Amino acid sequence: MYNVYNAKPKENILLMRFITSDEISNAVKNLIINSSISLPEDTYKSLKWAFEKEISESGKTVLGQILLNAEVARLEKKPLCQDTGLAVFFVEIGMDVAFKDKNLTDAINEGTRLGYAEGFLRKSTCDPLTRKNIGDNTPAIIHYEFAGGDKLRIMYAAKGGGSENMSGIKMMRPSDGKDGIMDFVVQIMQAAGPNPCPPNIIGVGIGGNFERSAVLAKKSLFRKLGERNSDPELGEMEKVILDRINNIGTGPMGFGGICTALGVHIIKEPCHIASLPVAVNIECHSHRHAEITI
Amino acid sequence: MGIKKITTPLTDNAILGLKTGDEVLISGLIYAARDQAHFRLVNLIEKNNPLPFDIQGQVIYYVGPTPEKPGDVIGSAGPTTSYRMDKYAPALIKLGLKGMIGKGKRSGEVKDAIKKYKAVYFGAIGGAGALISKTIKSSRIIAYEDLLSEAVRELIVEDFPAIVVNDVYGGDLYEEGRRKYENKYAIAV
Repeated sequence: MYNVYNAKPKENILLMRFITSDEISNAVKNLIINSSISLPEDTYKSLKWAFEKEISESGKTVLGQILLNAEVARLEKKPLCQDTGLAVFFVEIGMDVAFKDKNLTDAINEGTRLGYAEGFLRKSTCDPLTRKNIGDNTPAIIHYEFAGGDKLRIMYAAKGGGSENMSGIKMMRPSDGKDGIMDFVVQIMQAAGPNPCPPNIIGVGIGGNFERSAVLAKKSLFRKLGERNSDPELGEMEKVILDRINNIGTGPMGFGGICTALGVHIIKEPCHIASLPVAVNIECHSHRHAEITI
Repeated sequence: MGIKKITTPLTDNAILGLKTGDEVLISGLIYAARDQAHFRLVNLIEKNNPLPFDIQGQVIYYVGPTPEKPGDVIGSAGPTTSYRMDKYAPALIKLGLKGMIGKGKRSGEVKDAIKKYKAVYFGAIGGAGALISKTIKSSRIIAYEDLLSEAVRELIVEDFPAIVVNDVYGGDLYEEGRRKYENKYAIAV
């Protein structure tokens, strides 16, 4: 990671706004602790709507318990779910921001370490082969983007393993088109069944390349639940896919019902003329996300 | 249909009385074990070594709780996805394990073992770890402390809520539930 503080010519430094690594670490720590115990308003509202709409008895019971769990977590300051996730960040760096002390990645990881320790959260990162726990839930998964201005925007999500495991990616043929894409998303949800803790939020990344489509799918999960896609064509696709998923019958926790998904979010980007990458990232009903602008 | 109260350890008779879709409240001693603990337990079985606890009639809960705050019995403690234990579960069922609590689908091998050796698979509500933890009255690590949240624990539970997913008669709530509500969304909404 390069250090703007050291790398920029002297005359430009005067125009930069400095943010210390302690400020960043503290902000990250608080984001992590707060979102582990407090379900965001959009998630809660959406679950409440599902509870009212669900026709399956067991599905309704499950949704009622999920809503009650949110109350208990908030009042007792106990994590909503024992899987307090991998810490995933989308960070927008204003061009006029400079960082002091540690580099930005180290500052975010330090905040992650502090948040998971002080919040009594589960440390879930491990070596992929030996399976030995790393012990402090680092490294965080961090995606950087640049923006204008002198602010640093940090978007955070605690991403659980159960829903992540049911996600999928496919390098489709351009001839598969819109219908092929929609079929693929529905197939992923059919195969996932009860495993990813439905009702789910489904992030879909269309285009880019192999890895970019997956990042887009993840990023789409950060859109507020219930908020419309700014692209009417994608909005229509989201609606069609959502209806099809809810017709599968999986229901809350897979016990049968009509609420299998709370939302479908699509982001698209240009891709190669030979390709049609599609990534589907599943998020569980404990949709914990928060952001801060420093 | 009322909610059935059951106590551990589970007898064959109790298991024969449980049917797919039954809502139950479980009380008594259960064991917490997930991925790495299962790997070690099955390694012991393969080497004919004794397990760190007597598995006869017992129930294993697939859970890796958050660390407890000072004064709390346990942290958040909801179920984890069960299929990751499918590779190991039949060997444990064969040894006398009678119940498993988790979430999500099981393999054909596990379902066969459930029928053959008379066991049961319960589903709990994933993502309700704060609420579920209130039914856990005591927690003690009895093996593999080095695994941190994956250590084997002895838990005493009171009215732990679950639902029978796979019963001894071959029932599967996930299949039956899904079939019942297939294409119902279009009609209901």
